[in-house]
Amino acid sequence: MTQTDTILEISGLGVPLPSVGDRSHAITDVSLTLKRGEILCVVGESGSGKSISANTVMGLLPPGMSPDAGSVTFKGRSVLGLGEREMEALRGADISMIFQEPMSALNPTMKVGQQIMEVMEEHNRPADATARQKRMLELLGVVGLPDPESLQHVYPFRLSGGQRQRIVIAMALALEPSILIADEPTTALDVTTQAQILQLIRDIQASMGMAVLFITHDFGVVADIADRVAVMEKGRLVEMGTRDEVLDNPQHPYTRRLLAAVPHGRPRTDPVPKGAPILKVENLTKTYVTAGGFGRARRVVHAVQDVSFSLARGETLGIVGESGSGKSSIGKCLLKLQDIDGGRILFDGSDIAPLSPSAFRPMRRRIQMIFQDPFASLNPRHSIARILTEGPVAHGVPQSRAMDRARELMDLVQLDRSALERYPNEFSGGQRQRIGIARALALDPELIVADESVSALDVSVQAQVLELLDHIQRSTGVSMIFITHDLRVAAQICHNIGVMHQGRLVEYGPPAEILVNPSQEYTRRLIAAIPGRAQPH
Amino acid sequence: MSAFLRRFLRNRGAVAGFGILMLVVVVAIFAPLLYPTSPWMMVGRPLLVPFSDGQFPFGTDMLGRDIGAGLAYGARVSILISLTSTVVAVVIGVGIGAVAGYYGGVVDDFLMRVTEIFQTVPQLAMAVVLVAIFTPNIYSIVIAISIVSWPPVARLVRGEFLSLREREFIQAATVIGLKPLRIIFGQILPNAMSPIIVTASLMVATAILTESALSFLGLGDRNMMSWGFMIGAARTMLREAPLMSILPGCAILLTVLSINLIGEGLNDALNPQLRKKGGH
Repeated sequence: MTQTDTILEISGLGVPLPSVGDRSHAITDVSLTLKRGEILCVVGESGSGKSISANTVMGLLPPGMSPDAGSVTFKGRSVLGLGEREMEALRGADISMIFQEPMSALNPTMKVGQQIMEVMEEHNRPADATARQKRMLELLGVVGLPDPESLQHVYPFRLSGGQRQRIVIAMALALEPSILIADEPTTALDVTTQAQILQLIRDIQASMGMAVLFITHDFGVVADIADRVAVMEKGRLVEMGTRDEVLDNPQHPYTRRLLAAVPHGRPRTDPVPKGAPILKVENLTKTYVTAGGFGRARRVVHAVQDVSFSLARGETLGIVGESGSGKSSIGKCLLKLQDIDGGRILFDGSDIAPLSPSAFRPMRRRIQMIFQDPFASLNPRHSIARILTEGPVAHGVPQSRAMDRARELMDLVQLDRSALERYPNEFSGGQRQRIGIARALALDPELIVADESVSALDVSVQAQVLELLDHIQRSTGVSMIFITHDLRVAAQICHNIGVMHQGRLVEYGPPAEILVNPSQEYTRRLIAAIPGRAQPH
Repeated sequence: MSAFLRRFLRNRGAVAGFGILMLVVVVAIFAPLLYPTSPWMMVGRPLLVPFSDGQFPFGTDMLGRDIGAGLAYGARVSILISLTSTVVAVVIGVGIGAVAGYYGGVVDDFLMRVTEIFQTVPQLAMAVVLVAIFTPNIYSIVIAISIVSWPPVARLVRGEFLSLREREFIQAATVIGLKPLRIIFGQILPNAMSPIIVTASLMVATAILTESALSFLGLGDRNMMSWGFMIGAARTMLREAPLMSILPGCAILLTVLSINLIGEGLNDALNPQLRKKGGH
């Protein structure tokens, strides 16, 4: 057999949707071939059917869904007709899968070593318990985890997101499958961790020679990892080719749109508006102390240490860092969603840090926030009209004026005015984030803090929302603090960027300078981790 | 709302429970029309065996009082006391739970310790003591049942508030400058309603049982015929006239069962995702 042998063939696959929605099929006429030893990326937005395709192969469709057309052939054997028992033998052993959310893929009450061995026990391979133990330790090493000997006894909650994802990968590799299906395995991770996990998948794939079906919405990731690329739109395969063909010469307009949506990271260069600063943060400090208990030590986390910066009226400042770097804590402190442990927050000249909640409430109108999670940040029981008018009304604006303003805001964030009568669950993630933006603008604030406001969105939607934020910032002249883990995004829309690392502001300057000539080692690491930059293979 | 109704109607037990409960309510409302004379009046020969005399289909007790009239008027007492005491208990429980869960910290600690004091004393024993102190009448019974039954509501509401207040939309409500009371009642409480409704429906059933137990022990309202009193009065003649105890017993059983079925139906209808096994 040669390296180009087809190992998995999907042809003409169709899966109908159970209820009649905007389309009758989740996927229609999807044909893909996966060859031995290659990485095939399936790219598309959420709802494009890429995950359904993978789940069909694994026999993991939600109840009530089953394919009505086409075939899936694995090593010359049809998979679709197999019973649950036969599928179980196949899963894990021949085809294994890693998921987006590493926490929910692991059992929180089981030590990680045990979880890896359980996969082998389930398939009784190897049959000998000590051999399984040895293999488990070996796997922990393979996925690049330090000190397997002690790490095997650790529970998942003690590990970081990246480490958990490595454990999940170790589980998937335990039986040396011939196909690894990876469903957005890095979407929930930081850029730096993402870069490491992508590198790991590439290395393992090269050394073990398995085939990888890699599902993602991010063309930056595709550039890093793919041999071949399949693009899916609304349940159909619209383009297929080698990585270079698709990236350099995309044929389908949808592919071009997705490619254009990848943050370009071209630094914003217009000068910072001159004038008195709207916000001056001096020596801000925030420490979290978790109470100790039986057998648990008191834990002290210095989330923010001695951070100072200032923001001019009309300026956009990006705060960039990994999760745990303290960037979100700064946002929460600025909005007084949590108390600070030291320093001053001078808003328009007066220190807001010591104000009591009721003394600060009248000022809240002037500082607004756009939240991260478009699904959790809107009250599911309130209509959009109520969500947009409640704030202004609480600050004394008459209901009718607030409604007029809400209609204007709908136009500004490019949603239909009829949306006001509806409820959050009727909107997509991108639309909800537009509503969140409108809610912040409803109070005509002078400062907006946007905390990871686009990171939960698909790349294509992210591009639209970013453009909207940029447009609003430029047209209204509002000052903005943009908190993100993505240096490219920050560079595009910020006048200045502050890089956070372990609670400290380690680097500060205009994006052009930071991207081209970073002074800190940590910033260089962040830049190197930007997907699509590393040279694959 | 129609989706909720459809899910509720799909649950046959809940529909049957609703039917039985409605029957009890209708009987309770029309008791004075069905039995114009007081249930305490001696109207016939004592100890008429039920289902033997056309004039008194449910028989008479040892003093010649109509058992049918007792059952009908007993339904009034049960429904009245259980509903009012549940409403009072839910109001107290939601208030305390909401304040504890929203403010957290010292407030939470204090209110939860108070709640625990109430929870550690056995419910019935405390109800007996309270009614005995306040002299038995309908008000003291309602108050006693409310006082013993609010703690579970408070704990439930506190738990819901603790998890909901961390949600981003609550932070968003703070950020746009809403006052705490508006956040508690306008933003958080509506999202915590489903478990409260389910718990409340089950509390009605418990209240009926508690009221019956109090009446059985002779701590009922002297002016109101109740099912528990009927069982208590009949217990001395359990061997000679078992149906005298069994009939009011069945009334309690059916009413409590129907309310439990409704509660379960509400739970399924309000939390449809819990019903789907292995679903996402």
